[in-house]
Amino acid sequence: MTFKQGEGSMQRNPVEKLGETGLYVLEDTGRMGLYLLLALKGIFRRPFRMAEFMRQMHFIGAGSMAVIFFTAASTGMVLGLQGYYSLHKFGAEGMLGSAVSLTLIMELGPVLTAIMVAGRAGSAMCAEIGIMRISEQIDALECMAIDPFRYLISPKFLAALVSIPLLTAFFDVVGIAGGYIAGVNLMGVNPGSYLEGMRSSVTNHDIWLGTVKSFVFALLVVWICTGRGYLVYQIRGAGFGAQSVSRVTTQAVVFSSIAVLIFDYLLTAVLL
Amino acid sequence: MSDFAIEFRDVVKSFAKTDGGRQTILDHVNFTIPVGKTTVIAGGSGQGKSVTLKLILGLMSVDSGQILVSGIDVTGLRGRALEQLRTRFGVLFQGAALFDSLSVFENVALPLRERTTKSEQEIHDQVMAILTQLELTGHEEKFPAQLSGGMRKRVGLARALQLKPEIMLFDEPTTGLDPAMTQDIYNLFARTQKQVGYTAVIVSHDIPKVFRLADQIVVLNEGKTDVFASPEAMQRSQEPHIRAFVESTMGTSECVKETSKK
Repeated sequence: MTFKQGEGSMQRNPVEKLGETGLYVLEDTGRMGLYLLLALKGIFRRPFRMAEFMRQMHFIGAGSMAVIFFTAASTGMVLGLQGYYSLHKFGAEGMLGSAVSLTLIMELGPVLTAIMVAGRAGSAMCAEIGIMRISEQIDALECMAIDPFRYLISPKFLAALVSIPLLTAFFDVVGIAGGYIAGVNLMGVNPGSYLEGMRSSVTNHDIWLGTVKSFVFALLVVWICTGRGYLVYQIRGAGFGAQSVSRVTTQAVVFSSIAVLIFDYLLTAVLL
Repeated sequence: MSDFAIEFRDVVKSFAKTDGGRQTILDHVNFTIPVGKTTVIAGGSGQGKSVTLKLILGLMSVDSGQILVSGIDVTGLRGRALEQLRTRFGVLFQGAALFDSLSVFENVALPLRERTTKSEQEIHDQVMAILTQLELTGHEEKFPAQLSGGMRKRVGLARALQLKPEIMLFDEPTTGLDPAMTQDIYNLFARTQKQVGYTAVIVSHDIPKVFRLADQIVVLNEGKTDVFASPEAMQRSQEPHIRAFVESTMGTSECVKETSKK
């Protein structure tokens, strides 16, 4: 390392900076990995906090239904219109139900649900845990010999793992209904062919793929969002106090959204 | 059973600096905290007072050395063993660290609900008893944001005392309080210590007021410690850095006045 004498500062060359960043990424990945293990282990520690689990189910699940409804309705209707426009060119409007439902069940439902939940509930969970961390509330739990994972984190994990797949199913249903309204009611596609196209083309494997994706995305969202808040002190460049919480919250939503998109491709490539 | 509640043996703790170097906060530190007495840990800002508390609680780990609680080395404890150790401590944090989404009652009841098998009625009775003792009745449904600084400290103390700790750790207990409230809080410490019989460790820069509680004083200065058996012994010290600390924090006449009240 090169110290610049007299100015109290240190200048590093690009290779040193790269090495330092590499080490930080390794450390951060290690910390997040350990965090994930402890959070999953906390789910099985007793006593289980049923009331907190239900509260989180209500917050992540029921509380996100409105935003999921509007996102799904809009997406389904746009898919209906766009699909009709494209298929009409080939005289294949009858395939609209198939196109809309497969797109929603396998791709857009899991991805958009996860991203919307990351923005609405993930950001809130990150900020809540981050504030608890900087105001020593998590230290206080540890000092009372209360496992913060069992008490605080794991109920959020379990609630997200249950509620996000259910929200995805809700998204799919609303989206397909939106596609029906746009395609059948507005553009005049035959209702029978819309429903039959959907029934004949959607297989159990497609639904299974969508379900696996929604579980994986739920884990990514709750892991990254709660983890960034919990580790707020260890995150480079986060700063201190309220600013650190705002920065890690932004980072949590961005990272979890990107992770969802990357894993969407990987899972599609592996499981399709 | 050791005569000492806590022993620091050759403890070293350092932190990474932003320029890539390391800053040593505790440099081969040795001192002991006797059972049932009150030890004040004093020192300027950034001298490692709060770090010392976090090391005792296992919230941070030492670089080297040993920390013994009742003769048992606690450095390196993990998991259940660390949880077990912490059940012996009560902690009053600088900002009280109350759970801001829980009411006063729920905050104080939390350790009982999570760490004991008491019935809700027993928990209710015990919580109300301590709230009455600390003059907090009528506030049990309020949330921490609705309380004054002094009340928050009292709720924090009530919560920390619920499991009858052997050792109470106070981190800057009077920061942000007015002089009258500070006095109330110190009187409260003395009273509860008499009742519960805990060993008290107070980290504070509230000098000389906190000295009226002190049986022993540990001064942290540039990684080293000076231990004094009483405030008077500290005041008599001829060490230049102690003289400077004494004069900058309390002034000779005030120290005499304060310590003579003990």
